[in-house]
Order: sequence, then C-alpha cells, then structure tokens
Amino acid sequence: MGNVVQRRTRGALRRCPFEVCGNMAGLELLSDQGYRLDGRKATELRKVQARMGVFAQADGSAYLEQGNTKALAVVYGPHEMRGSRSRTRHDQAVINCQYSMATFSTAERKRRPHGDRKSTEMSLHLKQTFEAAVMTQLYPRSQIDIYVKILQSDGGNYSVCVNAATLAVIDAGIPMRDYVCACTVGFVDETPLADLCYAEESGGVSSLALALLPRGGQIALLQMDARLHQDHLEALIEAAMTACKGVSKVLDEVVRQHLQEVSVLTGE
Amino acid sequence: MLKSKTFVKKTRSGGVMKIVREHYLRDDIWCGSEVCTECKQESTVLQRDACIESSLCSYPHYLIPDTNVVLHQIDVLEDPVIRNVIILQTVLQEVRHRSAPVYKRLKDIVHEKEKHFYTFTNEHHRETFIEREPGESANDRNDRAIRMASKWYSQHLKTSETGADGLKVVLLTNDQGNKQKAEDNGLLVYKCEEYIKSLIANPELVDHLALSNDEKNEITSSKVLFPEHLPLSKIQAGIKSGSFLQGTFRASRDNYLEATVFVQGEGEDSTEVLLQGLQNLNRAVHQDVVAVQLLPRDQWVAPSSVVLQDEGAAKDDNAEEEDEEKEVMTSMIWKPTGKVVGIIKRSWRPFCGMLNVAQIKESTRHLFTPADRRIPRIRIETRQAATLAGQRIMVAIDGWPKHSRYPNGHFVRSLGSAGEKDTEQEVLLLEHDVPHQAFSQAVLSFLPKMPWAITPEDMVRREDLRNLTVCSVDPPGCTDIDDALHCRELENGNLEVGVHIADVSHFIRPGNALDKEAANRGTTVYLCGKRIDMVPELLSSNLCSLRSNVERLAFSCIWEMNHKAEILKTRFTKSVINSKASLTYAEAQMRIDDTSMNDDITNSLRGLNKLAKILKKQRIEKGALTLSSLEVRFHIDSETHDPIDLQTKELMETNSMVEEFMLLANISVAQKIYDEFPDCAMLRKHPPPPPSNYDILLKAAKSKEVEIHTDSAKALADSLDVAKVDGFPYFNTLLRILATRCMMQAVYFCSGMDSDFHHYGLASPIYTHFTSPIRRYADIIVHRLLAVAIGADSTYPDLMDKHKQSALSNNLNYRHKMSQYAQRASVAFHTQLFFKSRGILNEEGFVLFVRKNAIIVLIPKFGLEGTVFFDTKDKAAPNLVFDEEVPSLKVEEHTFCIFDKVKVTISLDASNVQHQKIRMALIEPVIPGVSVPAPDVGPQAKKPKLDR
Repeated sequence: MGNVVQRRTRGALRRCPFEVCGNMAGLELLSDQGYRLDGRKATELRKVQARMGVFAQADGSAYLEQGNTKALAVVYGPHEMRGSRSRTRHDQAVINCQYSMATFSTAERKRRPHGDRKSTEMSLHLKQTFEAAVMTQLYPRSQIDIYVKILQSDGGNYSVCVNAATLAVIDAGIPMRDYVCACTVGFVDETPLADLCYAEESGGVSSLALALLPRGGQIALLQMDARLHQDHLEALIEAAMTACKGVSKVLDEVVRQHLQEVSVLTGE
Repeated sequence: MLKSKTFVKKTRSGGVMKIVREHYLRDDIWCGSEVCTECKQESTVLQRDACIESSLCSYPHYLIPDTNVVLHQIDVLEDPVIRNVIILQTVLQEVRHRSAPVYKRLKDIVHEKEKHFYTFTNEHHRETFIEREPGESANDRNDRAIRMASKWYSQHLKTSETGADGLKVVLLTNDQGNKQKAEDNGLLVYKCEEYIKSLIANPELVDHLALSNDEKNEITSSKVLFPEHLPLSKIQAGIKSGSFLQGTFRASRDNYLEATVFVQGEGEDSTEVLLQGLQNLNRAVHQDVVAVQLLPRDQWVAPSSVVLQDEGAAKDDNAEEEDEEKEVMTSMIWKPTGKVVGIIKRSWRPFCGMLNVAQIKESTRHLFTPADRRIPRIRIETRQAATLAGQRIMVAIDGWPKHSRYPNGHFVRSLGSAGEKDTEQEVLLLEHDVPHQAFSQAVLSFLPKMPWAITPEDMVRREDLRNLTVCSVDPPGCTDIDDALHCRELENGNLEVGVHIADVSHFIRPGNALDKEAANRGTTVYLCGKRIDMVPELLSSNLCSLRSNVERLAFSCIWEMNHKAEILKTRFTKSVINSKASLTYAEAQMRIDDTSMNDDITNSLRGLNKLAKILKKQRIEKGALTLSSLEVRFHIDSETHDPIDLQTKELMETNSMVEEFMLLANISVAQKIYDEFPDCAMLRKHPPPPPSNYDILLKAAKSKEVEIHTDSAKALADSLDVAKVDGFPYFNTLLRILATRCMMQAVYFCSGMDSDFHHYGLASPIYTHFTSPIRRYADIIVHRLLAVAIGADSTYPDLMDKHKQSALSNNLNYRHKMSQYAQRASVAFHTQLFFKSRGILNEEGFVLFVRKNAIIVLIPKFGLEGTVFFDTKDKAAPNLVFDEEVPSLKVEEHTFCIFDKVKVTISLDASNVQHQKIRMALIEPVIPGVSVPAPDVGPQAKKPKLDR
C-alpha cells in the first residue's frame, strides 16, 4: 500500500498545480470591449515599418518590421544557374528561397542549423509564393535567389518574410505581377483577429496564413494547420484579404518613398 | 495611436526569460458618460442623472470600486439600487484572476442594461496607462492604475462643460493605504462600508455587506484556533517538491470532524487522503481546492464510523467540547492521513440554510446553519434577525479568520418560510444548482409558431411512416413521450422493428438561445409532483411528444430481424409518424396477456415482447448486470399536493420490453456515430468499479455464507443470480441493492478525448443516449451527429470540436448528478411529509450497514433508509463493541450483522426545522435499555391499503 501512495505522490507532481481553463495560460485574447492583449482591435495590424536597399552588395534588399517581428530579405539575380544545372528551366527562371532564423531571434537563444524541417518548409512556402508573383517567364534559364532571415520573432514569421521579400524583389528591379502581401489571421470567440503576435499564436488559436496579390485579389498561398469548421473559413479568408490589402498600402508607400529618395540622390 | 513597449521578465521552468511584448496605447477609448461631449462615442452607458440618496455624496456621481471591493461586495453591487458604476479593466482582470464565480457575476452585471455598468479599458488608454516602477509590487501598481484612472475621470468630467450639474466620480476602496494616497491626490474616496451606510434610502443594503477583515470583530477572542495557512508560493513549492498534495476537499456528511481530500493523479491514478479533527481540517470548506501534508505513518488512522453532528451551542469558542475521542484502531485499514496546510482555491457559493437566532436579543451577530451538512455554520451580522428567524435564507461566506471557530458571512436573500413546500423545493433546487427559472423571452422566441403543422419542406428528407402501426408505452401520467415502437412481419418472413424517437433537434437549432438554455440545463429534473423542464412545455408536452393520433416528426431507427432476434439490417432515418395508441405499461401488458385481442397494435406488441425476451437473455448471457434499487412513488393529493400514499414501483414485462429496444437503439446509434465521427461522438461509458468497492458486498455475502465473484461483470451477475438463502426471500434483492452501491457513476464523454468506451453495467463495448431527447441534452447532440451521418442535416462548428464537446459532457455529467441528488432529496422531503401525516408506524426492516454507534436500516415497504443510533446524548451509552471485519456491532448482549431483520418504529423528528428527519427506534430484538416498547399505531384502518 505504501508503494501505491508513493507512486501516486510522484504522479501529482508533474502536473501543473493550478488548473488552467480554456486556451493556454488562460489569457483572454479578446476582451468583451473588443481589445486584444496588446491593445489592438480585432482588425488592426501591428505597426509596419520598412526600408529598402539596405545592402549595396546585393541586387536587392529590404528590412521590414511588423511589430516586434523583424526580417531582413536579400535578393540576388536574376543570374545564370549555379550548382546543379539540371534544375534549369528553359522557359522560365527558377526561384530559390532560403529561410533562416537568427539564434537571437527568440526569447531563448538557440542554435538553428540550416535545413531543419521547419525552415525547409518555410523556404518551400516562400518559393511557391514568389513563383506565383514574379514574372519568371521573362528570365528563362536563369535563377533568382531570395534569402530571408528573421532577426526577431514575435509571431507571423511567414507573412513578415513575404512582405520583406516583396520589397527586396522590387528593390532588385525584378518585375512582378503585383506586390505579394501576406498576413496571418486567427479565430477567437467567433471573431477573426488580424496579424497575430506570438502570445496570440501560442494561445491555441486556429490560425491561417494567406499571401495575396491585392490588385487582382488572387491568392498566392494559403496555409492552415489547425482545425476549423468549414462555416468559419470564408469569414477568415475575407478578414485575411482585408488585412493583406492593408499591408499592401503600407508597402506601396514605402516603395514610393524609397523611389523618391533614390531619384533625389541621382538628381533626376 | 501611440506605441510603447513593455519589457516583462518571466520565469518558466526555473529559467529566467525575457519576454518582449508590444503594447499599443490608444486615444479612442471613450468615457461612456452621457454628459461627455468630447468623446466620440456611439452609445453611452453611464447616465447623466446618476443620483442616489447618500449622506456623504449629495451630488450625482459615478462609482469606481477597486478590486477588493468587487471581490468581497459583489452582493452589494448586484443590488438594483447600485447603478452607474465604472469597472476598470485593471479591476476586471484582477477579479478574473482571483475568482471565476465573481468574475462571471460581474460580467453578468455589466451586460445588464438597467445597471449602467461601464467597463473602461484603462490599460490601453494613452492617458491612464502606467508602467510598473522599479521596486513596486504588482498590487501597488494596480492600485496606482486605479487611482490614475479615477483621476482621469474626475478631470475629464470636469472639463466637459456640460457637467454643470457637478458630476463626480467616487472611488471605493477598503485599503487604508490606497485611500490615503487617493486623498493625497485629491480624489473623492470612501470606504465601501462608509458609503453603503450613507445611503439613506436603502438601509437594507447594509446587511449585504461582507464583513471585512480589517475591522476586528470584538466577539472573536484572540485565541488562535487554527494553524496559519501557508502562502501560495510556499504551497506551490511544496507541491512541486512532493511534500504537499493538491486535491479537492470533501467534507463528510456524517461526521463534521472528518473529511477526505481527493488527490487526482494521472489517469485513473488517484488517492484519497483522510483528514480528522478541526485543526487538521483547518478551515477548509467542502469543495475547496486545498494543499495537504501527509502525517507520519504512525499517525495514520482509519475513517471513524461514528456519526457525529456539530451540535455545538450557538455560541462559538467551545472547541474543547467536541474533543474527539482517540479510539484505538483495531483494524488494519489505515488510510493515508494528513492535514490541510493551505487553501489553493476557495469554491464558496451562497448557501441555503436557516438562522440560529442568538440568545441575546439585541445581538446583531447570529449563527447560520446551512442546509448542506458538509458546510460549517456561518456567523453573520444582521439587524433583521427577528424577521429572518424561521425563514430559509441564503448566506455567502466572506472569510474565515484563524481565531474564529466559524467562518464569517453575510446575508444574501430570503427564500421564504421554512417547512413550506414551495420554499423547500426552492432550497432543494438552489442547493443542487438546478436552473429552474421560467424560460426567458429570448428562449421562447425560438419556439415554433402555433398552430404548427408539418410543411412540405419538412418532408424533403423524411420518410413517411404514418401508415405504420406505431404505439408508445410509458408510465401512467407521462406527458413527454419521447419514444414509440412498432413491429411488423415482412414478406420474407423476417420482422421489421422500429424505434421512433421524438425529433427534438428539428425544433432546437444549434447555437440559438433555446439551444443554449437546454445545453445549460442538461436534463429535465423530476421532483415529486413537479417537473423542471429542459425545454419549454410547448415542445416537451406537445410538439415533440409522440402522442397518439397526431402527426409528429421522429427520428427512427429501424432494424430487420429474424425470429431469433438477430439483426440483419440497421437503418436510420428522419420520419413522420402517427402513433396509434399511447399505452401505459399496465395497459400494454393487459393487451399482450388478453388472448382475445388480435388487432394490429396488440400483435405488434406481442412481436416486440417476444423479441425483447430473447434480447434480454442474450444481454444477460454477455454479462449485463441486473441491479436493484428501491424506488417509491407518491400518490399526491390533487388539491393539497400532499403525499397521501406511497408505493414501490412495480416492474412489468412491458417495462423491460421498452427498455430492451431502447438499449438496442442506443447501442446501434453509438456504433454508427462513432464510425462516422471517431473524434467527436458523444458516448456514455460506465467504468468498472475498483475491486475495493466490493469489500462491503463480499463481507455481507460471506456473513450468510454466500460466495460472490467480482472478477468480471459476468461473474458478478451469475453469482448474484444463484445467491439465495433459505427462508429469506428478500436476501437476493438486498444483495443487489448493496451491489448497486458498489458501482461507479456512468458518464458522458467525447470519443476523441478518451480511449475506454466500455459500459460495465450493460456489458456493451459502446453505448450512448439517443432515446430521450426531450429530457436529456446529450440525446440532442447524438441526434445531430446521427443526422449529419445520414445526410439529413448539416454540421456546425461546435459539434465537431472535441474540446467543446468534452466541456459540454462535463456539464451534462454534473447536471445529471445534481438532478439525481435533487430527486432523492425531494423524495426524502415528501417521505417526511408523509410520515408527518401518518404519525408513528411500526415496520419491519433489514440492517443494511453497521456503523460504530448505529445501524442503518432499510424498510423495503417504503424504500426508506434510516439510522438507529445506540448512543444518545441524554442517555448513558450501552455497551457497544464494533467489529469491522465482519462487520458487526454488539449492543449489550445482541449482535447486529448486515441483513439482520429488525423491527423499528418510524416517526418524524421535527425538533430541528431545517433538518427534519425520520427517526427510527428499535422495537425488536428487545435489548433492555435500548429498544423501545412498540407504540400503538394510530390509524390502523388505513394500513392495509399500503400492504401490497
């Protein structure tokens, strides 16, 4: 009998001593008054700040902050195929994406080797996104490299990467069908929340990432891992599209601003 | 909009982590006042004319309570007099953190339009947000935030020029330090008591005030009665290191000095820790989550078998009086014993009960005795003692200081005078948390409009089964008929059997107010002479009830069977039926037995009966248990609603006929929905009891030299079948009653959250509830799942969400348990009424359990259980020897064992109005000094009516 008690005692230890109800940590993601944890309303984006042409070496580069998520994107190309030539496409350019996270990007410092599953997947998603946006048929037999690094991570890594990379591609002067703008949306209390931060993402919310070509309203990529009832999907996509269009306005301003600065410099 | 960053450091699993979060401060958060012209708000909550007659504040004002005021004085805030209150977000968050029930009540108030409570989001407001300063504690920071917001309000209202009427804000706080600082800042601030007492027009509010800790009550002596509770941080550390255990505190019903703490382990792995003595209970109240420390093994004790009630005089501080006799334990069944070291979460709710008016006439302090024996008595302060005496009242606990024998509380409301049937029923419903208010207008608005008829749209996905000879069989007087049956021979010689269940999910659409209300109620509660419906009466007794000769929508489960009752085909469909007859069990039985009747209905019934017998045999062969419990029915006088007679429920063949087909339908449906939705099917399981539960049964059987096997349900069922003692025909039933007590509770669960589906009692690998959607919400969910599975309806998000399903099944399990308790309590109350009118009766009974100082006797005729005490306060106790192994109790020369036949007198003991109880005294066997002479039974003439 003593044995039993002992064992059970240990069993009790491993559990969290206080019951937590609902989503993780019991945070109220959306208050009754309609404010989120960080004071935004459901449809409001985080503050987006960006700069283009941050590196002279590369063909195109951009730095973008969306709240506390910060990313650096660099574009090389189009140039002729390097490495295995077998991947050459005779009718269009090949887009090569590489996503990585800085060791200091999260709260816990962590070494992040290249080619782990998460970043490979993210690279693949970026590649698909840009294949849909860049006019690759203009550069047959060539290659465009897009490197993105997350410097600080606070939710919505994919969308920040896409937004940064768009600016970098534009900076490189590679023609695109339209800006590609991406945004995440989560679903809480029957309400879609735009542009989730990390606290919200980790709060057990079903979230969806969407990359949009805003002018035509074409979806370049839609990704969702969580479970969501079909009835809610439409509302969620709708909210994501609105958010993406918001992002595109900001990006457009950044590009115009940059253009103005550059043309002043070149004296035109 | 301005953006600022807050840097927060947080420890997680020992390590220190820096967490950076953004915080957007806004300038578009409005003040919510009607007066304000600056804020561009669409709607206002706070009124211009916020007048309440107060001797302190002669001007119109808004109240801002701080967190502690909300937490402790929520009863005051709930009063309709209190309006125009600003709830700050800081306060709301703190309340949410500290007490879920208060938070819920606060939210309810905020949603109520007439209360004019406005939530001001001060933490996101640019001008009221403050950052925590170095060295400042979180509490101090929050207090400062509250002062900041109050200051902002007072200035804001001043600047808006329309505030010529001198609108002001008043901060309510009970914290001396906070008050001082607020006064220094030039704010209007009062203590909550001060303010409430100043309300000239509403003196009754003062009684609602919770006693606060800082003003020491002079009545409590400085003597410390209880050990200090440990702070939460120490408890957490202790739980982590394994020196403390966390569990739910469960007070014993029979002995106020004893309790158990249920420590949930992983999975099925859980223990119970025994607590004994006031010191070790250390102010824990039933259902609290507590931390306990195990005592050294040499101090472990066995649960005492003494029945002990707190009879301490109305005065407190007589702790010595109840000194527990430390008895020498002869038995080996020591349980892990411990003591409470701290309280993790209180789960105090308002308790029903009665006031014990203090002897001193002018005293305003009185003791309150809750109806639930597991709750300690509560000391309250009231000026209305004279009016409240003899009434059932509700009281909430405010706190339990360590030098007080009883917790302190305050009066919430009165329910009516005690002993009246309505009041008692209200108490019963409140104590068992049964939602019993009339349905709200919002709920009723979702009912179908009358006159109602079946439309062609209804028929699209339905089969027309109106031509079938369907009939229903129910207990007499049943108005909510949710099942009907049919049986007919097919051309190929096989039988077609159909179970038709009322299609409630057709009327209750997911997510609307009607659905939410039903989901919350969970079940219809049947009390004696009263039914608390789960769905409004229009549905339960009319549109959904499968009455005879009207067209009704149904959900049908149709089998093709051969004559050996083997299922060849199963089919589910939504349908329209027209029942040909609503029969009672007795009527149906008569038709089956009457060989001269040969109509369709009778033939159908005979076919069903034949198949049911085969099905039952098969089921029993598989190991299904047939258990027994005594149920009594009251004959209620139609005018006075007093019980005039009672009888035990009789079982007929037709009862079991209906039951068999309901079981079959439930099993078929369970299989179908599980196949279709392995993740989110709502099922019902019945876990096998742990072997130790059977101890009492085994011991009892052994005393009569009968062997009971409990290795499996089948073994148990078989050994119960052969258990017989010559010359004791009732023995088998008694054994079955005991076996029922050993069982676990069957529960609903969501298939995606559990892996063990087995139903022990029915010996079925899978089971659910499908057949009573009018009175059980689980059945409605099952109906919806099945409708989706057969393509008759569409899904909705919550149906497919296993977490929500699981939360729902928890609520349903809780409501079911509570409704059962309420039902039992109602029977007990009516039994008392019955015996009140009958006077004293002599009856034969059997000993069901043996305790250290009492035996518990079952009177089969009334299905009544009572305790015969052998030690009474005013008499010298006889010589008692208790042997736990047998178990037996030797009183003087006579030894009582389980199943002994005894004769007792039954009378109603009305000495305590609150706990009127049935008192039993021994007549036979005659033990000098213990048994009483058989009294003359008055109304002999009436008695034969009962004997049947």
